[in-house]
Amino acid sequence: MSKIGIPRTLAYFVYYPFCKVFFEELGHEVVLSSPTSRAIMDDGVKEAVNDACIPIKIYHGHVLDLANQVDWIFCPRLVSVRKHGEFGTETFCPKFLGLPDMIRLAIDKLPKLLEVRVDLKKGKNELFQVVTQVGTQLGNGIGEIKQAFAKAVKAQKSYSKLLSREIMPHVALEMLEQQTRQPPREAPYDLKIAVVGYPYVIYDAYINAGLLKILEKEGAKVYTQDMLGDKILDRQARTLPKSMFWYFSNRAVYGGLHFMNRQDIDGIIHVTAFACGPDSMVDRLLEIESRRRKFTPYLSITVDEHTGEAGVRTRIEAFLDMLRYRREKNED
Amino acid sequence: MKISFPHMGHSFIAFKWLVEHLGHECIVPPEPSKKTLDLGVRYSPEFACIPFKILMGTYLEAEEMGAEVILTSGGCGPCRAGYYWVMHQYLLEEMGSKLKVVAFEPPMLDIRDFWKKLSWIRKSGKVSWKHFIEVMKITWEKIKAIDDVEIHSHEIRPYEINRGDTTRAVARALEQLDQADTISQIKEARDAGVKLLDELPRDRGRNPLKIGIIGEIYVVLEPSANHYLQIMLGEMGVQTHRSIYLSGYARESTISNGGEAIYQVAKPYLDELCIGGHGVNSIGETILYARHGFDGVVQLAPFSCIPEIVAKSIIPSVSRDFDIPVLTLFIDEQTGKAGVQTRLEAFVDLLEMRRQSKEEAARLVV
Repeated sequence: MSKIGIPRTLAYFVYYPFCKVFFEELGHEVVLSSPTSRAIMDDGVKEAVNDACIPIKIYHGHVLDLANQVDWIFCPRLVSVRKHGEFGTETFCPKFLGLPDMIRLAIDKLPKLLEVRVDLKKGKNELFQVVTQVGTQLGNGIGEIKQAFAKAVKAQKSYSKLLSREIMPHVALEMLEQQTRQPPREAPYDLKIAVVGYPYVIYDAYINAGLLKILEKEGAKVYTQDMLGDKILDRQARTLPKSMFWYFSNRAVYGGLHFMNRQDIDGIIHVTAFACGPDSMVDRLLEIESRRRKFTPYLSITVDEHTGEAGVRTRIEAFLDMLRYRREKNED
Repeated sequence: MKISFPHMGHSFIAFKWLVEHLGHECIVPPEPSKKTLDLGVRYSPEFACIPFKILMGTYLEAEEMGAEVILTSGGCGPCRAGYYWVMHQYLLEEMGSKLKVVAFEPPMLDIRDFWKKLSWIRKSGKVSWKHFIEVMKITWEKIKAIDDVEIHSHEIRPYEINRGDTTRAVARALEQLDQADTISQIKEARDAGVKLLDELPRDRGRNPLKIGIIGEIYVVLEPSANHYLQIMLGEMGVQTHRSIYLSGYARESTISNGGEAIYQVAKPYLDELCIGGHGVNSIGETILYARHGFDGVVQLAPFSCIPEIVAKSIIPSVSRDFDIPVLTLFIDEQTGKAGVQTRLEAFVDLLEMRRQSKEEAARLVV
């Protein structure tokens, strides 16, 4: 039995239930890094290459946070999770593709890296191959791996089900942890806001200075692209001249386009990290499309190391005020 | 049709010839200037990389000159460049421009689309397939000849006695190449150009430093994007070798033969064949330059270029293991020529000193 560290960022918000159940069924202990904090960010900024975006810097911080507590750090190389796009070449941001190498070369005195190349576009059985590689590295037999894999798939499914009930991922993760089926009571709201962006930016309350909390307090119900099924999202692919190349970007774009078409959504907020490469395209594309498709109000918020709560709050308040004013005017 | 295309080094000479001989009118894109960049920056997303902004500006300038269609390249990621034509088209439409951006996607991925676009250009220019293929062949020869002259100039420049001789000779050689219409004329012009460079007054006693240039393709190939870095280094008395040329895919290179080979070299540091752009190349080529006894490497990349950021985070380890200094220059619209020059001078000084102390050490051992 070994201790396996999972950084609480990047793919954590999407695939954690799968990883946790898989490792625990194999008899290992899963250690999560602490939620992103000032200390984690500062550590990450020190270790990471200075031109990297804030999520990558923070990932370095999470790895450092785990470094002394675990035997392994789970750091998969996410290459693709499906065959999608004009050429079937959808992949992840190049920084995901080089992540294990960046981590290995940037940080001294690391525990062993639990590395695996996740390239699922090749076929249906690919995911099982991937988990087999992971299990064998940990010294587990093929029988155990099979069983753990089945349970992990089930866990991931029930997580998706929670999300499709319009429960936010961080809430859903908590519910799975406590094994309850009842989500916490919703705050009252009078506006419906869609927040699109990368999971590790919109669900990490430290990076975005508590954006979701602020929205909730200001009387808005939040929807994100992760509450929509793949089918609903991919329908939007046909409305674009060409799909983007990155999985998370495509999800954000399709989600944004879907919400633009929905009558009940009052406004869309796109959250992006400073100098994010793919987002330089995503952001402008959504802005133009929101103008072309019935003028859905659109706000873009850029976050970086220096983002403060007051700045985000001011912009959100102004945006929501504008939405309410717009609605009153329309009603008149 | 009035056709234009992105400006990339001297390649416009070949592409101009191509477009004109396919029965279209060519709007030669102006060399990117302050005005180009200003235009581009005004209409581009803030965090788009500098090639995007320069192209944006170039397209707008070409439109002003009368262009109707832009021919450019597509791509399949993960580098952003493959999505540029879509974004450019969106932005042009937003501005109310009628310019049409036509991109050739990699033929290996979508041969039908490639074929369709080729046929469209051929038919609208009213030329036969035979003529079309002939024109393609000659264009390719032209691209190679242009690169030959340029490669040679970077070898000669550090020896020149009168500063600027080489640059002037290159300009004259390119003029001759511009006039050449057949394969034999191109060959003649190329040889004449090489001879012109060879006959320049030279100080053969010099022992110039050798620096390899790596990085993202556009800022490496377009001198006005990198503040004429190779000429600057040449005039400081440094011989430069560049890893990327348009004709590079067919060239017997002393440094690498691309793709798989370079991945094998980079593998201990970056175990992924395709991280987009020239990220893997940058790592592999640094290793190869070290093995070939170069004194240093300059990495050129646009600000916020993702593949090159990955490469940059890995290069310090390569640099340490192979004992080769690397200078990384991230270029954006704020980069000034003096800034680049200062950093290059400091880098060259450092390399000089390294060489001296190495020679000193070698002498003491003997």
